[in-house]
Amino acid sequence: MINFEYVKANSAQSASEARIKNGASQFIAGGTNLVDLMKKGITAPERLIDINALPLKEISLTPKGLSIGALVPNSVAADHETVKTKYPLLAMALNAGASAQLRNMATVGGNIMQRTRCSYFYDTTMPCNKRNPGTGCSAVEGYNRMHAIFGASEQCIAVHPSDMCVALAALNATVQVSGTKGTRKIPFADFHRLPADTPQLDTNLQVGELITAVSIPAHSFNKAYYLKVRDRLSYAFALVSVAVALDVKDGMIRSAAIAMGGVAHKPWRLYEVEEFVTGKPISKELFTEAASIAMTGAKTYTHNQYKIKLGKAAIIEALTKASS
Amino acid sequence: MDKNNLYNIPPFADDDRVDGLAKVTGKAKFTAEHQLPGLVYGVFVCSTIAKGVIKNMYLAAAKNAAGVIDIIYYLNCPAVPGYKPADRTKNPNARDYTGHKVFFNNLVLSNGQPIALVVADTFERAVHAASLVRVEYDKEVPETDFEKNKFNGKLLKNRGEFLRNEKDAWKNAAVKLEQEYTIPIETHNPMEMHATTAVWEGDNKLTVYDKSQGPKGVQGELARMFELEEKNVKVITEFVGGAFGSGLRSWPHVHAAVIAARKLKRPVKLTLNREQMFTMVGYRPYSWQKIGIGASKEGKLYGITHQAVSNTSVYEDFAEGIVNVSQFLYDCPNVNTDYKILPLHINTPTWMRGPGPASGCFGLESALDELSYQLNIDPIELRIINNAEVHPQSKLPWTTKYLKECYALGREKIGWSNRPSVPGSLKEDGMLVGYGMAVGVFGAGRGGATAKGILKQDGSLLLQSAVSDMGPGTSTAMVKIGSEQMGLDDNKVRFELGDTDFPSGPTQGGSGSATTVGTAVMAVCDALKQSLKEMAIENIAAFKNLKPEDISYENGKLVAATDASAAIHFTDLLKQSSKPELQVSKTSTGFAQRDKYVANSFSVHFVKLHVHPVTGVIKLKHIVSVADAGKIISEKTARSQMVGGAVGGIGMAMTEETLMDHRYGRYINSNFVDYHVPVHADVPPVDVLFVNKPDNIISPTGAKGIGEIALVGVAPAITNAVYNATGKRIRQLPVTPDQLIG
Repeated sequence: MINFEYVKANSAQSASEARIKNGASQFIAGGTNLVDLMKKGITAPERLIDINALPLKEISLTPKGLSIGALVPNSVAADHETVKTKYPLLAMALNAGASAQLRNMATVGGNIMQRTRCSYFYDTTMPCNKRNPGTGCSAVEGYNRMHAIFGASEQCIAVHPSDMCVALAALNATVQVSGTKGTRKIPFADFHRLPADTPQLDTNLQVGELITAVSIPAHSFNKAYYLKVRDRLSYAFALVSVAVALDVKDGMIRSAAIAMGGVAHKPWRLYEVEEFVTGKPISKELFTEAASIAMTGAKTYTHNQYKIKLGKAAIIEALTKASS
Repeated sequence: MDKNNLYNIPPFADDDRVDGLAKVTGKAKFTAEHQLPGLVYGVFVCSTIAKGVIKNMYLAAAKNAAGVIDIIYYLNCPAVPGYKPADRTKNPNARDYTGHKVFFNNLVLSNGQPIALVVADTFERAVHAASLVRVEYDKEVPETDFEKNKFNGKLLKNRGEFLRNEKDAWKNAAVKLEQEYTIPIETHNPMEMHATTAVWEGDNKLTVYDKSQGPKGVQGELARMFELEEKNVKVITEFVGGAFGSGLRSWPHVHAAVIAARKLKRPVKLTLNREQMFTMVGYRPYSWQKIGIGASKEGKLYGITHQAVSNTSVYEDFAEGIVNVSQFLYDCPNVNTDYKILPLHINTPTWMRGPGPASGCFGLESALDELSYQLNIDPIELRIINNAEVHPQSKLPWTTKYLKECYALGREKIGWSNRPSVPGSLKEDGMLVGYGMAVGVFGAGRGGATAKGILKQDGSLLLQSAVSDMGPGTSTAMVKIGSEQMGLDDNKVRFELGDTDFPSGPTQGGSGSATTVGTAVMAVCDALKQSLKEMAIENIAAFKNLKPEDISYENGKLVAATDASAAIHFTDLLKQSSKPELQVSKTSTGFAQRDKYVANSFSVHFVKLHVHPVTGVIKLKHIVSVADAGKIISEKTARSQMVGGAVGGIGMAMTEETLMDHRYGRYINSNFVDYHVPVHADVPPVDVLFVNKPDNIISPTGAKGIGEIALVGVAPAITNAVYNATGKRIRQLPVTPDQLIG
């Protein structure tokens, strides 16, 4: 048996200390991804630091924005009245993810930390730079229908699997972390990494740092839509997904936040598209052009060429649904 | 004791499944749940290459791991006599076993092939130790790519040509088309994974708990493989958590558990995990079909040419009747078919719900739909124009055939009149609307079976036969037949199955259990009534001078035809005759009139769906499945079978595809995250309609069988509806949103 030590942390500080003390340790909350990874032999932590007892389960609204504790279950966040009314984009994205059972177990912090679902990452008999750096990427010349079209490298073309994170990226969320040296705030755009030459690193968290909360600033968006296109209607990862939040008045887009999922190693924010649509009146032509801008620079592989066409379609549809 | 509750189960509500409560409360013990004293656990080590030779196996780490008892592999595996029968004098027809011979030699013929069994004192320790085994191979280049080899004459094996009149006559028809249709590998994924527990008593007596569709079949095979007398092999398969063909034969894990239990002289349990289900218990083979079809301008079919290739393994031929449907489903004067199999370095495929016609009808029913648009004739009308009144080849009549009734019932229920005749022309709530239909067909029939009936003084009837119930509700249906025949309340009848100690019953497959076992049960009931009459004449004064034919049996009572006051309930008869019970066994034989009739069950599936005009996402709105399946014996379980078949068909059409990376000859989605079976959100309301007219030629039960026709035809009904909605013809399954982007 691969034995591991199990400890319960009673404070964020002690959790971080325990994590640093043993480099082969990991935090565990809902465990919906970590347990899979352990069962599949992809990771074998020597110590699991259970953080479930930490007081990180609050959802609070201040004039500055919304704060969601890292241990709030996905289903609780999705059903929370404030989230539903003030941040409907986040509620929609949360409900698009996984299955009801998984959403009950998975936490907001864990959702951010989940690893890619690339098939090659999960099969330990196949080369994978993310799992075993230097062995090569099986997906580049393999079956890559689910894989990235933006920001990938020849070392890794995996995508980030989360729906929630796509909404958080669009909404300019900030990830609050605490470590042994104190706390810091990481803008969502800087939290996840592109693969480059170090695909084994998913995020910019330092060893020992623990996510304590996610905060989303107050905003003026009055329209939102999360569109997820997938192979079955529940419990499937996105082929592509689009998160759209708009501030619309009198048919005019005053501001926009748009991000995509299923296209890159991290939630893919579409700044250029946002800028393009801002200040313009809603029209079919506008959305069609926006979709073209969004797909500029996409690089496809053998099986994911459809993502350009589907990505455009999804952006048009999400903008249309959001603005209607 | 509550007389309505002889077996401590709550009384029936309507049509409830007799074992439903046991199943949903966890009382039903499935194969892997049987715990035995001294039980140890076997876990497979599987190959990670698809072709080659095992050069070295490094076992030290695994052997030294905690709890490990033994590691069995080709170098230390006791010989299985049946794999290569040396002594052919006993049975001159004995042949080498054709299935995968587990731990037989060092050859690897497919990825995921079991190459060692680690046995440990706990399951978890066995799993861990199995992960420590390191294998060194001499790798060879496997051939796993069907598309690359489907016309490779060096590899293909002929599996039969058929010709009626003129070859390729469709080419001379006024309206014609030729198209290709592809179905990927679909893997058996019942909820319960395969498991076997083997227990030896000495060297000659074996008991096996096995997830199987046929305990008698497993008994026979194990007796042959291990040179045992059949009576010394007992197989128990009381409850089965779903099986769609994977339980029709014994796979390597069954042999491995028996080998290990004998070697270690301890009971061994071997349970497959989900990944191993993909490489060990069969699947619907990959298939390619090409159909040329031609008709007159009025829609009368003139010719069909139907070619198919499907894959098999390199060590065993597996073929199924993919092209057969074109030979008889419609009245067509000129038909030729050709079927080949392609050996690849993948494990052997097997029958999967509707084997043959499920694939063949995707081709034929799609082609007919395409033809209907070219002809501008409604697809239902086209089928009615070409309805085969008699079998087009043999000219024999069908035992019963109510296909036209199915069309009428279904078109009404789905609202066929709303179907747009021009594809892509109807919208509803901003979504494209499509209607589609397709026909399903499967052979009907009846085999031989034996059943035992025990009528007791307490008014109960116990029936037994060594069949299994993989989910269709066989126990429930047999209880219904028994209670109806004997005029008893359902709660007083019990049907026991899943044990080879019971009288011989068939393997459950091919939609034949209801007719086969049902006929034996009816024979038992007839014999019981006859014996009761004889008993009354012998023991009851009022009946003394009567002959059996002068006595009638009415709802448990024997009544003299001449004197209605001479009546006695069988419970009193048994008491007054001092018999605690009356026991009979009866054997019924198979359907004997094959020279006079053709026997088929038919179904017609109707689908209404929405397609998102921009993203291509399909939302099924309504399925109507109509079955001509003879008399419906147990309506609730029959309906459940039909709904289950519709769900399986949704999977076939829209979600299921076993994907292989041919560089490694290895599946990349052998898990439930990546291999998609439909979820609730994918399944629309499913209405099931039965013609419900008995077929008394096949069997006295009146039934024809439902299991296969529930699924056959569902997939083309869906893709035909997709065409109606979008104008996009899907000839390669499954249809996913990326194929339909606006």
